[in-house]
Amino acid sequence: MLKAVESAVPVACWSCSVAQNASALFCSQCSKIQPPPTGEYFSVFGLEPRLNLDLPALESEFHRLSRKLHPDRFARAADNEKDWSLANTALLNDAYRTLKDPIRRTEYLLKLHGAEIGEEHSGKDRRDPSRVPPDLLEEVFDLNMQLEEMRMGRKMGEVDEQLEKDLAQAKKKFDGLLEEVDRALRAQWQAWDEGNESARQSAQAAMVALLDRRRYLNNLVRDVTETLGA
Amino acid sequence: MAEGRVVGIDLGTTNSLVAYMENGAPVVIPGADGSNLVPSVVALDPMPADGGRPTVTVGNSARKALIETPERVIYSVKRLMGRGLEEVQKELKLFPFRLADDVEAGEVPRVQLGDMRFTPPEISAYVLRQLKKNAERFFGAPVTQAVITVPAYFNDAQRQATKDAGRMAGLDVLRLVNEPTAAALAYGLDRAREGMIAVYDLGGGTFDISILKLRDGIFEVQSTNGDTHLGGDDIDNLLLAIALDEIHSEHGVDLRTHPGAVQALRKAAIDAKIRLSTESSANFDIELPNGDRYQREIPRDVFEMLIEPVLDRTVGPCKQALADAGVIPEQIDEVVLVGGSTRIPAVRALVDVLFQLSARGKKPHIELNPDEVVALGAAVQADILAGASAATEEMLLLDVTPLSLGIEALGGVVAKIIQRNSTIPASATEHFTTGVDGQTNVAIHVVQGERELATDCRSLARFDLKGIPPMPAGLPRIEVKFLIDADGILQVSAREQRSGKAAEIEVKPTYGLTDEQVESMILDSFDHAEEDFARRLLIEARNEAETILSKVDQARENPAWAQLTGEEQAAIGAARDRLASAKLGEDLHAIREATIGLDQSTRRLAELMMDAAVTEAIRGKTMEAAGEELGDNISAPHPMAAAEFK
Repeated sequence: MLKAVESAVPVACWSCSVAQNASALFCSQCSKIQPPPTGEYFSVFGLEPRLNLDLPALESEFHRLSRKLHPDRFARAADNEKDWSLANTALLNDAYRTLKDPIRRTEYLLKLHGAEIGEEHSGKDRRDPSRVPPDLLEEVFDLNMQLEEMRMGRKMGEVDEQLEKDLAQAKKKFDGLLEEVDRALRAQWQAWDEGNESARQSAQAAMVALLDRRRYLNNLVRDVTETLGA
Repeated sequence: MAEGRVVGIDLGTTNSLVAYMENGAPVVIPGADGSNLVPSVVALDPMPADGGRPTVTVGNSARKALIETPERVIYSVKRLMGRGLEEVQKELKLFPFRLADDVEAGEVPRVQLGDMRFTPPEISAYVLRQLKKNAERFFGAPVTQAVITVPAYFNDAQRQATKDAGRMAGLDVLRLVNEPTAAALAYGLDRAREGMIAVYDLGGGTFDISILKLRDGIFEVQSTNGDTHLGGDDIDNLLLAIALDEIHSEHGVDLRTHPGAVQALRKAAIDAKIRLSTESSANFDIELPNGDRYQREIPRDVFEMLIEPVLDRTVGPCKQALADAGVIPEQIDEVVLVGGSTRIPAVRALVDVLFQLSARGKKPHIELNPDEVVALGAAVQADILAGASAATEEMLLLDVTPLSLGIEALGGVVAKIIQRNSTIPASATEHFTTGVDGQTNVAIHVVQGERELATDCRSLARFDLKGIPPMPAGLPRIEVKFLIDADGILQVSAREQRSGKAAEIEVKPTYGLTDEQVESMILDSFDHAEEDFARRLLIEARNEAETILSKVDQARENPAWAQLTGEEQAAIGAARDRLASAKLGEDLHAIREATIGLDQSTRRLAELMMDAAVTEAIRGKTMEAAGEELGDNISAPHPMAAAEFK
């Protein structure tokens, strides 16, 4: 279990030498900005790593910290403080972007706990058939045929209204499946946050599988949207 | 303030402005000619007979040279900023840019002006220098720090080129601010608003759309989109093309071979476009070189049909920005219109439908002058950075990067490392290794854009990681940190993790100047640079004194003079003599004081003259003639006050 706040190694403030928590963005004594901390994203907000987060509170804290850290506040500061403001604000923004989004947050936290989650690199292995969830094999095969037909038709300048309707229908279905995955993911959050070690292990395994399925569905929906919108 | 003022600059395609914050409100600083807008036009004066370096003029005076010596004038140079040779070829068909022919692929294109060559940032630097001068004249003190606005959809190279231009102009560019965001700042200042704002910015050469969330003084951009080659220029080109074709077919004259005539026609096209915003039809009436007249009426509905394809190009980016922000049009609380082209009624109608405004009983914000609002917002941001005023203490702008940042991976596909619309500063860390035993270099190709293949994105730079300790393939672990700073510009640093050494990076920007080139251009511009600052102020003060003195002398011939009392006449005489003698000395302060003294003592005389002029006008003379008689603009409250420099 990560306990960044407690386990942090104390470091001395560069300006007043008072001992600081290594995840501190500012000196507790002289309030000067500190070099970028080494902790993970949750500690930037002083939070315990959890999947259920109070999003309005996260936003308020993001705004409060932005006001203090942003390079706009250091436009005329010394060079080292300028550099730290830039690095710390980048960290704050990266952390907020990751934590505010439920999917990114889940992926991030599971990765911190050693889970292997496929990279969302576009193109790479999107159409690799071995990645198709077994229960969707048939439908995905049909869908890919229709998409290909649609693209070919477009090239020839043909409009097949029935095909368009079918694709829109398929998109609707896959959108629904996506929502299902999201609900299933959320259902695991509490088990992960509150459960004992073994409950957490099984929640983690379930979420890794759901995230894989989700990424697959997402790419599919994107392909359909692009083809329909083209 | 010890460190001097920070000014806000809108470096526009068509016009540029400089503004600052005065008592909690942003104000545009006028130039010596009294005008707020400095046309972004740069002209190279003819080579002096004594063989010295030719001087450069900027703004209205340069614009006058467009028709007479088009080969020595350049405008709309913003379209060329940060772009490569092959990219600007398209522009050359539409704009009379003459590129130097000795530029090689990979070099920054240079523009031929008369017999000299300039890179686009150098040209922009001339515009910036003029704005800096205007501000210094206004404050009577040097100005060295500025915020400059850029289109939100500008990529890394275009931003870097703008920063380079600032450096060449002797400005420390504290921040680049996106134009639509700046506009939102200008609007957000007067009223504490909460909610979702859309800024639709259609300027001379660029289009931006930004969606912002405003809360507790924090302006958080949610998404941005746009087209850096879409604007009023495109509308002008449409009208121009039609006129050129019709002249060719109806009168047998090919004006395309007469650059000066094309410029005259372009001006007529712009005038017609502007008239069509308020009138139902406009006329072309041009005398052709062969003595014929080209006369053509353009009704507004024809104009609107003509420009529809141009305006339609703004729809896609708007829809994408809404989708990226995760909102539907009905969730937008306010729409702000920015840029001169939003005066066109068809543009307003399009925005109304896009955002369902009148359907919801709403109107877009047009209270601030669309030509000035970006500069006003830049001044607000300048004030935030200076940290010196209570007005902006609670304000903070959180902007985003408009384009995704990626690295070219195996097979030419792009691995995105920072997604578009990420709040900046933003960073990403990637790890690289070697593929061959003993390999000591790793090359990384960084691109910007949304497409899947690197060749479809815009190449940003190639980074060469050097000095990797020789190890078996796959063993080195090089950590590369990509950071997009608050200006939207990429910074890269690298470390070999096994040795802990900071890896050496050689950056080859795909488009853009190296640091050394910028430095040498700065030195170059100092060679024929302006006089020392104090000297320049003195000269300007003397010019101003000269102008007012000659106007006072003329005024003594005016019938209004006789209406003054003897005392008033004596006071004017004394003030006049004091200024005339101060002007001969070297004391800037004394000249300024005496100028103000004379200005004040002639106030009643000026009013009398104004009254007489208005009476004349009513009696039948035109207002224009009356204004002429006053030697200045009739609308000026005190016709002698505004100094003119000729």
